[in-house]
Amino acid sequence: MLQSGTNTVNAAEIAKFEAMAAEWWDLNGKFKPLHMLNPCRLDYITSQIAAEFARDLDDPQPFKGLRILDIGCGGGLLCEPMARLGADVLGVDAAPRNIPVAKLHAEQSGLKIDYRVGTAEALAAAGEQFDIVLNMEVVEHVDDPLGYLTACRQLLVCGGLHICSTLNRNSKSYVFAIIGAEHVMRWLPKGTHDWAKFITPEELFALLQKAGLDPVDRKGMVFNPLTWSWSLSERDLSVNYVTASIKP
Amino acid sequence: MSDRTDIVIVGGGLNGPALALALAQGGFSVTVIDTLPVDTRADPGFDGRAYALALTSRRLLKAIGVWDRVKAEAQPMLEIKVSDGRAGEGPSPWMLHFDHAEIEEGPMGHLVEDRHLRRAFLDAMAKQPRITHRAGETVLAQVVGPLGITVTLSSGSEITGALLVGCDGRASGTAQRAGIGRTGWGYGQTAVVCAVSHEHPHGGVAHQFFMPHGPLAILPLTGHRSSIVWSETESRAAELMALDDDAFLAALRPAFGSFLGEIALAGGRYSYPLNLTLARSFIADRVALVGDAAHGVHPIAGQGLNAGLRDVAALADVLGAARRRGEDPGSAQALQRYQEWRRFDTATLAMATDVFNRLFSNDNPVLRGLRDLGMGAVNAVPALRRGFMREAAGLTGDLPELMRG
Repeated sequence: MLQSGTNTVNAAEIAKFEAMAAEWWDLNGKFKPLHMLNPCRLDYITSQIAAEFARDLDDPQPFKGLRILDIGCGGGLLCEPMARLGADVLGVDAAPRNIPVAKLHAEQSGLKIDYRVGTAEALAAAGEQFDIVLNMEVVEHVDDPLGYLTACRQLLVCGGLHICSTLNRNSKSYVFAIIGAEHVMRWLPKGTHDWAKFITPEELFALLQKAGLDPVDRKGMVFNPLTWSWSLSERDLSVNYVTASIKP
Repeated sequence: MSDRTDIVIVGGGLNGPALALALAQGGFSVTVIDTLPVDTRADPGFDGRAYALALTSRRLLKAIGVWDRVKAEAQPMLEIKVSDGRAGEGPSPWMLHFDHAEIEEGPMGHLVEDRHLRRAFLDAMAKQPRITHRAGETVLAQVVGPLGITVTLSSGSEITGALLVGCDGRASGTAQRAGIGRTGWGYGQTAVVCAVSHEHPHGGVAHQFFMPHGPLAILPLTGHRSSIVWSETESRAAELMALDDDAFLAALRPAFGSFLGEIALAGGRYSYPLNLTLARSFIADRVALVGDAAHGVHPIAGQGLNAGLRDVAALADVLGAARRRGEDPGSAQALQRYQEWRRFDTATLAMATDVFNRLFSNDNPVLRGLRDLGMGAVNAVPALRRGFMREAAGLTGDLPELMRG
């Protein structure tokens, strides 16, 4: 199972990547907010994939035979669970420094995952195809959302599933995501998000349709300060939300 | 080269096999390491030990295919009578009476003998292909590596899993090797446990008498038999254990009373020093503790095994959810969810049984008067009484999936 020979970098570089991998996967470190949100995102992703592709999550490798692309993979927080469930996973990130870090952690976890520097547009141009495209917390950072979502659609096989999460744009999301998360709680570095680029669910649905995708589901991701954890909500899409759409 | 399994469980008593069955059902491969050989566990002789299973425990056993194997041997507990007594004086006029007719969930519990439970667990495990039972083996070492935790057994073989669960009792070696300390204290009391046969039917009624030196519980077994849990001071218990059977019965009769007619011993006598022991943490790197390994409480309310089975159900819930979303079941995140779920519950139980025992194991006339008043009050208020019963049946708190019925 172990990946070998994938790193051709020198010892000092490896030490640096080890430190970065440790940072990415430290539950109480810099990426704590992502780790807190992750179970909620995974619950949504796994249940949507299981429903769309008729898989039983109680099977040992329920996603065997499915090819999944994770755009903006970072340290591999979504890629590793998908690989553990049996999927054939490609993680891409536009930031080159994330790739060796993610590779190293997958190797430490005994998982085989393909990580590359890249973008959705470049993969689409190369003609790559996937059963599932994970597009989590990326669309609010791109300059041309429609062009980007069109590339995502091109990457899917017919009947393929596109899961996209982002942040709503309203006064509540400004208070919670910008003032709360970046300034008060210091969960995220200041300037992580540009509120003006946030997208309302209606705008996202319109964009998805324009890109040639059929939106089929949407849910809110809500933080409960009492249990200090995130959960999915049918109604509350006021800050974080996630959608599923199908390529017809 | 070590064998690979998803979860390694140390301890072949009752919590270990229960957890193994629950996890295997959820898709995990499990290895159970048991110090005792299978034929010792399967010994059909009655040794006098029995458990009062709460309703939620029964639901868990049903969900993992064990209840149907023991239900023919289970005695329903239809009523519980609690009274304050002094040898020779009989119970005081104030008495607590819990009747199952007051809660809709049926009997408040079932008494099942240890031998039937052990047999049922062994049979159920043998039928589950995802469980490997390594009987007659001891763990010598456990080492956490990047891909899991590896245990070395006395036979020299090694097993690696994503998670190691210690179901190995109050003196948990798993906890010690993981560097988890313990806190707790002794009660200066010892429980003498045995079974008696009696002349008259018990009618499914359990009795708890609060005696000056500690409580005496009489719990109905099948037929004309009852299980006795007699708590006494350490020195008095040692004397009782040293007596021959006739002299022991002669000592028991005045406390037991004559309401069940003539009594005789039915099985051996056991003694357990009573202490409270809490692990300082229920988890460590790729390690989780379950049952007495995490929390040994005073057995005053018979909640030891029931609390252990709640750990089992909660851990199976948490690990099953982690597996379904592709998380590493041994990851700190999954284990923290288990710890958060169980620690508060457990500390409350430990505290409550401790206070209860201190209050009742006392001959101070003021305290006697107060607790008589208290019991009278609880008895007089149906809502309060139902609350106690639902608590004892395990129906309160955040219930794991396997206990929801």
